[in-house]
Amino acid sequence: MHRKHLPSAALIGLSIMFTTAAFATEHVVDQQSKSFRMAGQKVEALTINAGDTIRFKNEDPFFHNIFSLSDLKTFDLGSFPKGQSKTVNFDTAGKVEVECAIHPEMYMEVTVK
Amino acid sequence: MTTKLLPNKINQKIMAAVCLYLVATAALAADLSSYLRPGEVPQPDNNRMTTNRVELGKMLFFDPRLSGSNWISCSTCHNPTLGWSDGLPTAIGHGQKVLGRSTPTIINTAYQPLQFWDGRARSLEKQAVGPIEAAGEMNQSIEKSSGKSKSLLSKLKAYKGYRDAFKAAYPGEGISKDTIAKAIASFERTIVSTDAPFDRWIKGEKQAMSKAALRGFKVFEGKGKCAACHSGFNFTDNGFHNIGLKDATDSGRYAIRKVKILIGAFKTPTLRDVALTAPYMHNGAYSSLEEVVEHYNLGGITKENLSPNISKLNLTQDEKADLVEFLKSLTGTPNPMAYPVLPTE
Repeated sequence: MHRKHLPSAALIGLSIMFTTAAFATEHVVDQQSKSFRMAGQKVEALTINAGDTIRFKNEDPFFHNIFSLSDLKTFDLGSFPKGQSKTVNFDTAGKVEVECAIHPEMYMEVTVK
Repeated sequence: MTTKLLPNKINQKIMAAVCLYLVATAALAADLSSYLRPGEVPQPDNNRMTTNRVELGKMLFFDPRLSGSNWISCSTCHNPTLGWSDGLPTAIGHGQKVLGRSTPTIINTAYQPLQFWDGRARSLEKQAVGPIEAAGEMNQSIEKSSGKSKSLLSKLKAYKGYRDAFKAAYPGEGISKDTIAKAIASFERTIVSTDAPFDRWIKGEKQAMSKAALRGFKVFEGKGKCAACHSGFNFTDNGFHNIGLKDATDSGRYAIRKVKILIGAFKTPTLRDVALTAPYMHNGAYSSLEEVVEHYNLGGITKENLSPNISKLNLTQDEKADLVEFLKSLTGTPNPMAYPVLPTE
């Protein structure tokens, strides 16, 4: 009996992994007109699921930066020009403040569920 | 009728040319609209400007009794006769101490969301009281008396003129650190640029700018890449950049936000009335606009942690001269200002 259960457990584990991966979403946030935008609309708050990623894409004709000094997640993705993007994975539930260091008016709060 | 007489291919070419012209004109108009003055000076809901508030703020701004020495006022450094700055490379504070940063003009500072060279104050109200209490600047405690050193609150409350002015400006709020800050901020919001030749030109006065200045505008927006940071009505992105000054050791914005790109980065200053506010840069490194233009033409001097927006420009002598002419076209005739009479009893 014990030996029969092992493959089942592994299968369940694998299926959970694939399920999570299947539902992980990439959200695209544009850096445009010195603001964070989704589908052209300014966004200052975004709720996503743990495991999701956000791709920040620079649509302005000058450099932008992406960083966070939040307790939950600290990162500095450096600066990048128009057309380039940087992706951040949000794997832990909580709130993360994301900013552009060059243009502090660019600020958004990501809530990870 | 005329177009019907032309062959179809020529018709198509004319239509294409007309379309291109219309698109180009629309794009130009859209670009120029970004330089138009906003409708109203930004002001917080809890401190809307009134005549009484502005007049009180003006008295405080020009009163040297706001300093511990009773000798330095806000206007000592923010001198209206010197473009609301001081004409010095870096400011001189309490006890004649030479400070590390230049005095930024307060012209149009009301349009900026963050104050100070490093942006550490999120409002004019928060900025206004900073230099008063800074030991190196005005060295005046606002709320606490210490020995023979009276607090600013006790100094102001001794004058009926101030008691009445605060009562009229902020009824029921008294003389406090908060009302001092709000009054000074209200006055500073009145210090705005007037229409310069550039403004008259974008409104349609075609002769308002010289041909050199117009050529300079093209350099400003194109080859010179100036507009990447000096954008919009106030010619600033309200952002922070390390522009590669020689021998600059000040950490700048990094002291406020520990992000690598901000090491040595400072707030983009307005270019409004720029001809009145020399010397330039946060450390007063350059005394002329020509020197400033040459700095950017070289792509900065110090390359370490340099803003990625900055690179060598290879401008010709004519382009550099035109650019300086354009910068001068951003300077208007300042509004006349009457000095206040300060309370003596």
